[in-house]
Amino acid sequence: MGNEGKQQFKWVGTRPVRPDGVDKVTGQANYGADFTLPGMLAGRVLRSPHAHARIKSIDASRALALPGVRAVITAADFPELPSEVVAGGESPVNYRHISENVIARHKALYEGQSVAAVAAISASIAEAALALITVDYEVLPHVIDVRAAMRPDAPILHEDMITSGVEPKPTKASNIAARTEFNMGDVEQGFKDSDVVIEREYTTQPVHQGYIEPHAAIASMAADGMTTIWCSSQGQFMIREFCAKLLHLEDAQLRVIPAEIGGGFGGKTTVYLEPLAVALSRKTGKPVKLVMSRDEVFRASGPTSGAHMTVKIGAKRDGTLVAGSLELAYQAGAFPGSPAVPGCMTAFAPYDMANAKAVGYDVVSNRAKCAAYRAPGAPISSFAVESALDELAIELGMDPLALRLKNAAKEGTRALYGPKFPIIGFVETLEAAKAHPHYSAPLKANQGRGVASGFWFNIGGQSTAAIHINEDGTAEVVTGSPDIGGSRASMAMMAAEVLGIDLAKVKPLVGDTASIGYTFLTGGSRVTFATGKAVCEAANDIVEQLRARAAKLWKCGIEDVIWKDGVAYPAQGQTDARTQLSLAEIAASAARTGGPITGKAALNVGGAGAAFGTHICDVEVDPETGRTSVVRYTVVQDVGRAIHPSYVEGQMQGGAVQGIGWALNEEYVYSEQGQMQNAGFLDYRMPVASDLPMIDTVIVEVPNPTHPFGVRGVGEVPIVPPLAAVANAVARASGVRVNDLPISPPRLLSALQKAKA
Amino acid sequence: MSKHHISLTVNGDPTEFLCETEQTLLDVLRDELGLTGSKEGCGSGDCGACSVRVDGRLVCACLVLGAELNGAAVETIEGVAKAGVLHPLQQVFLNEAALQCGICTPGIIVAAKALLEENADPSEEEIRFWLAGNLCRCTGYDKIVRAVQKAAAVMRSA
Repeated sequence: MGNEGKQQFKWVGTRPVRPDGVDKVTGQANYGADFTLPGMLAGRVLRSPHAHARIKSIDASRALALPGVRAVITAADFPELPSEVVAGGESPVNYRHISENVIARHKALYEGQSVAAVAAISASIAEAALALITVDYEVLPHVIDVRAAMRPDAPILHEDMITSGVEPKPTKASNIAARTEFNMGDVEQGFKDSDVVIEREYTTQPVHQGYIEPHAAIASMAADGMTTIWCSSQGQFMIREFCAKLLHLEDAQLRVIPAEIGGGFGGKTTVYLEPLAVALSRKTGKPVKLVMSRDEVFRASGPTSGAHMTVKIGAKRDGTLVAGSLELAYQAGAFPGSPAVPGCMTAFAPYDMANAKAVGYDVVSNRAKCAAYRAPGAPISSFAVESALDELAIELGMDPLALRLKNAAKEGTRALYGPKFPIIGFVETLEAAKAHPHYSAPLKANQGRGVASGFWFNIGGQSTAAIHINEDGTAEVVTGSPDIGGSRASMAMMAAEVLGIDLAKVKPLVGDTASIGYTFLTGGSRVTFATGKAVCEAANDIVEQLRARAAKLWKCGIEDVIWKDGVAYPAQGQTDARTQLSLAEIAASAARTGGPITGKAALNVGGAGAAFGTHICDVEVDPETGRTSVVRYTVVQDVGRAIHPSYVEGQMQGGAVQGIGWALNEEYVYSEQGQMQNAGFLDYRMPVASDLPMIDTVIVEVPNPTHPFGVRGVGEVPIVPPLAAVANAVARASGVRVNDLPISPPRLLSALQKAKA
Repeated sequence: MSKHHISLTVNGDPTEFLCETEQTLLDVLRDELGLTGSKEGCGSGDCGACSVRVDGRLVCACLVLGAELNGAAVETIEGVAKAGVLHPLQQVFLNEAALQCGICTPGIIVAAKALLEENADPSEEEIRFWLAGNLCRCTGYDKIVRAVQKAAAVMRSA
């Protein structure tokens, strides 16, 4: 359901074929692993078999003696960086940690962490060389679980890590990197004033982003240090920045050429292979290609946090929410940086609640360092709050949508994390969900219906766009934003809309770091909003130039030229001898009117539009096996404006299904030695086509006034509600509430049997 | 150890290659023949991104050894469009926005083509089970299943 019925624009809101589509359905599109360079060497990475071990020595002499091996690198080939938190990437980063995550220096902190890398003349020789590298490890006690890691007697990962955000400052190192607290009103008084209080504990497991394309990179460093990197990532400028910092290079020495990206979902917002490829190329003088196997992707990249949470919600008998408190312990993996803070900020955001408190702990343990995953932190804490709200609705005898409507945040509502909301569309999503035929459809035996809502900020940030008008009047639109799910289509559509020309005449391109200005990475649901705004401004710049060119040809003032539908017209009353001039005609005479026509915009975009979604989920539970099947699912979301409704629906459907996998199947299984036991798609069970029904979508459009077309952003909100929507449906279907994800068949079966006993 | 010399056809063209014993058909297609349309998502036959046909049979190229293929007829995504004209599945996938990042798309189109050659009018359930070996993490499969249904209708009316 798009906005076709209320057509206000020529292109915005329509569903054209995406400009990069043909290459992708014919196999012509080049992803990270698809590039080959003359003289290229094959690289392989040696990874720690231990969850926690001191690296006493590394002896690569036998590997280097193998014919065809050209280089072996270790942490000794990288500068040791100071431990300091600086701005970078999607959130503040500590380059020392990024460096050690790329290649372990003194200790291996998780199974799968890179300890050395090889370049050889063939993949099979590189593979054989790995077995010839001798690493002397001193195996240390390890800890996997988040609560176990918080205990005072837990094995300590970082001997210098003192918890921040605690007064007085602790004197002893621990695995708790940080404590963060948000407060509004008086929570304790709020609970006293409540008629009903629900208090529950919840856990979620770490889940991997599960992009189908493994990480891949090729780097080629010339003798003068000039370096080119071809790789798939969510930000070519992020790759440049991180590689420059980790290898002490200047930005201008590095050129990063973005490949097509085969999924990221936040997981490709950091570096893994790129610095290794650069270091290997520096040592060998040849281009070096590194590609992860799926096993390596699971053991060494991603995932998002698992968590332990306590939620308390108090309400009046009429359903008015009075107070809420939330305590979150998020696993960060081996280095600090879990999304505990956004977890605290988002969970209560949909509700107008006078008294609220959220405390988050960022906790390290011996597992792969967390990376961003679609609305980082929000699905986890929302699972807890939205599950508790469902129990509250049952306790109060209220319809769960009515409970949410009664307390829904609106324009002017203050959120726990500080700001008052501007115009938002949460109520509209609830009303659309209530009115949807799904919500009143009958249920069969063993079926239940759950609802849940969710919030994400969406972000703006820095983006550059350039538009070049070709000699024949066609246009190139260049941005610095990797296209992860159809953004080139929306860039071209917005440019065509502003320029007033046929979409077929507009060709979008993702530029490399040397051919377009700095652009923050593709993440935070920012591209259509922020880079889209830059494209609109660049197109406006072009329109002004075209009017000036027409004025020059007509020997009149620019104010006497009107631009409409891709054509310059004389302003009213200025019609004498002049005729109209099309963009193609103005382009053809560019040499006579001032030279090439190029427009640009380089912005730091503010005013991101917060967005909300509400999901309805029907499940059927098999009481014999504990298996849950999702039988009907509807996603309702305020997107501000859908530029290309099909790709907006696609984001909503895909996010919902990732959330369904998180709720029902996905988890990491570890051995007693802290080694991952299910590092493959067969055993790490992501949803497949036969697991799912169609995913219905309702696009709500409450425009964001700060964007030329009203865009808020779409990619992240849809993964926030599904965890609780599924869990609430299971509870209503089976009569048993499972507060620990995933609700896998054995877990639900055991809960059902316990309830029976 | 010396390499194996294999003669076969790839998308109808007579082709020869040399491969090491451990190289899979996927390695051969991508690294020896320059056909990178088949993707490696897992290397263990779980994701279907390398779906190809060998003598008409739908297989994961990562589970077949290159050395096994003397005399075989291999069809890959590169052979689905003929002389620059898209196959109905390819056109409908574009029209219906049945792809996002596109990494799984070649495998899904090869697999769906095999389905529609066997069953011209598959039900939604038949499509979902046929494609259960082709992982897509972006779309939630909705638009993929609809596109296969629509392509089947287009092909039936052709």
